[in-house]
Amino acid sequence: MAEGTLCNRKMINTREALLELLADKSGKLYYEEMNQLDVQTNALAETIRATCKSRIRTWLEICTHCGLCAESCFFYLANNNDPKQVPSYKIQSTLGEIVKRKGNVDNAFMQMTMDTAWAKCTCCNRCGMYCPMGIDMGVMFGYLRGLCFSQGFVPWEMKIGSGMHRIFRAQMDVTVEDWVETCDWMREEWEDDYPGLEIPVDKKGADIIYTVNAREAKHYPEDIAEAAVLFHLAGENWTVPSEGWELTSLAMFAGDWEACKMQVETVYDAMYRLNPKQMVATECGHAYRATVLEGPYWAGLKTGKPPVDSIHYVEWVADALRTGKLKIDPDKKIKEPVTYQDSCNYIRSGGLSDAAREIMSYIAEDFREMTPNREHNFCCGGGGGLNGIGRYRQERNAGLKVKRDQILASGAKLVVSPCHNCWDAIRDLEEVYEDGIRWSFLKPLLLKMVIVPEHLKPAESEAT
Amino acid sequence: MYQFVTGPLAWLAFIIFFFGLVLRIVLYVRGLDWKLDRVTYSVNVSYGIKGAIRSIIFWIFPFGTRSMRKNPVFTVMVFVFHIGLLITPVFLLAHNVILEEKWGISFWTLPETVSDILTIAVIVSALFLILRRIALPEVRIITNAYDYLLMVISTAPFITGFLAYHQVSGYEFWLILHILSAEVMLVAIPFTKLSHMVLFFLSRGQLGMDYGIKRGGMKGYNLSW
Ligand code: HEM
Repeated sequence: MAEGTLCNRKMINTREALLELLADKSGKLYYEEMNQLDVQTNALAETIRATCKSRIRTWLEICTHCGLCAESCFFYLANNNDPKQVPSYKIQSTLGEIVKRKGNVDNAFMQMTMDTAWAKCTCCNRCGMYCPMGIDMGVMFGYLRGLCFSQGFVPWEMKIGSGMHRIFRAQMDVTVEDWVETCDWMREEWEDDYPGLEIPVDKKGADIIYTVNAREAKHYPEDIAEAAVLFHLAGENWTVPSEGWELTSLAMFAGDWEACKMQVETVYDAMYRLNPKQMVATECGHAYRATVLEGPYWAGLKTGKPPVDSIHYVEWVADALRTGKLKIDPDKKIKEPVTYQDSCNYIRSGGLSDAAREIMSYIAEDFREMTPNREHNFCCGGGGGLNGIGRYRQERNAGLKVKRDQILASGAKLVVSPCHNCWDAIRDLEEVYEDGIRWSFLKPLLLKMVIVPEHLKPAESEAT
Repeated sequence: MYQFVTGPLAWLAFIIFFFGLVLRIVLYVRGLDWKLDRVTYSVNVSYGIKGAIRSIIFWIFPFGTRSMRKNPVFTVMVFVFHIGLLITPVFLLAHNVILEEKWGISFWTLPETVSDILTIAVIVSALFLILRRIALPEVRIITNAYDYLLMVISTAPFITGFLAYHQVSGYEFWLILHILSAEVMLVAIPFTKLSHMVLFFLSRGQLGMDYGIKRGGMKGYNLSW
């Protein structure tokens, strides 16, 4: 029954517990304690009995071991075709074994499983598109992460992340007050340049409820301002909720399904409370997947859809450009070769690749596709929470190679990357490999080239 | 002996094969869980059906998918193997003669040279698949004895049938072995991963529904498999 003070099966539900965990720099003590953590084999067996149903059992059983998934996996390619990186092998040797042994595994096995589930798979779901039997190993790894989490075998940052969601309903320590203040602050900073700029909080019955990634509130507040400006220029009737503003889900990466539910329910509550026509989600991939695609299932919504129609930022932009709500100055279009990073979570898992192409057709003169692209695109290399886990920095950096090769082969040095994870991965890729690659979200690019209607220009610029 | 293997044993094998597969289907469908699988199986049904059909159709024709196009030789071999495996026994002249004698029914039949070629094709492609398992490190690491056993179970009826038909010495012996091995195969199908004979369609259909409903299908996007 051994459990550590930091590394244990308890959920982080209080600020004290969270601070204690955060104080353990890089999880040094946490990982030491993990070596002593017992596996509750009975509980594991019971969880498997209750949640590992015919879909996953069949997947595990009928894999014909053909190996077609090997080349679909960027980890396999990035690690010189290491057979230990074959998706089928990775899942059979972890989840497959646990199920076969009915949960009867030991500490070393669980640590190996944890290292596999977070450092050898980003849940990008690409392998599922290459398997003749329709076996989606990314889905199984997601499930496996849940098993690991329930037993306390979870990377330090993921445990923190899920705790953040439990306490703050955000992946970072941003409170409702912090968030509303940030919105006010941004409006004040930017309203001189854009007279009449508003960031309406909790407006009922707006056309759009806009929701973000906590990183924007905490580290990149100008992203919120940019979003506000673009809505303003497009003449949208929009709002942000005071509570339920955060879309992301480190809890999903951690496999903490209970926290996943808590998190999305705050967003859905905001929808019920404010009754907007539509939700627009910021430029984030996993946040969209969590709140729009998977969230309804966590929350038990039988339609499989969020309470109001929900779209990703790229859909809003594509629509705004198509309908002329936003107009691009032709002289300011991107002239240099530019490519687009298809995020797994809203392209492969969300079917939004057309919207991305449509946007590029309006803003770029020399758009270069990566190969392969759209739903066949490779993961950036940092998905599934991997970017944020210190323990796996080496593995992450090795995996970036595939994306790097793809970008270089496209001939573009600028990568449009409307996803926080991809954006980070490409930033880090440049840091590691120094190829002179630049990366950007859509908002700053759009802001540079959008035509500001006369009546929305500041007074001085009218004079000049 | 011949009477026994073609009589009660054959009946038993067919019954186990048939009801076993029905059971597999029932158990699979009953084990689906919309919340755990995160697919609304019984809501958004038209999207689900469309996704399922696309997922099956693209994968059931050779080179229908990027995965298959990237592995042309393997794809050809797997298809040859399966076409022989499925077509030959049903449309073989000799099998139909027996059917005719016993129940007075018979399907359209293959010319004997064609069925001979198909049989050889099954054996050759099986050999290829076995060699591939040994040769490629990414396949070797996931291969186990069970995979070879299944290959033996699947091809044994063809090897023994071929030997019996060409009347190598000991016709009676090969014939009985042929019938027995076919019965072993029939019984093995529902209980081993040869059950993919039906589970292929269910598993593919399930993932297709996932894409057709949750992963973009309801946005009107047709995934290119
Ligand atoms: C309509 C029925 C069937 C379908 C749709 C089907 C489909 C498939 C598929 C998709 C694979 C995987 C091939 C790959 O990895 O690319 C496979 C492999 C295999 N199938 Fe079938 N199958 C069917 C019936 C059968 C039957 C009746 C048998 C034997 C009794 C059989 C024996 C095998 C074997 C042994 C393999 C493994 C091949 C290898 O070692 O690489 N299949 N099948």
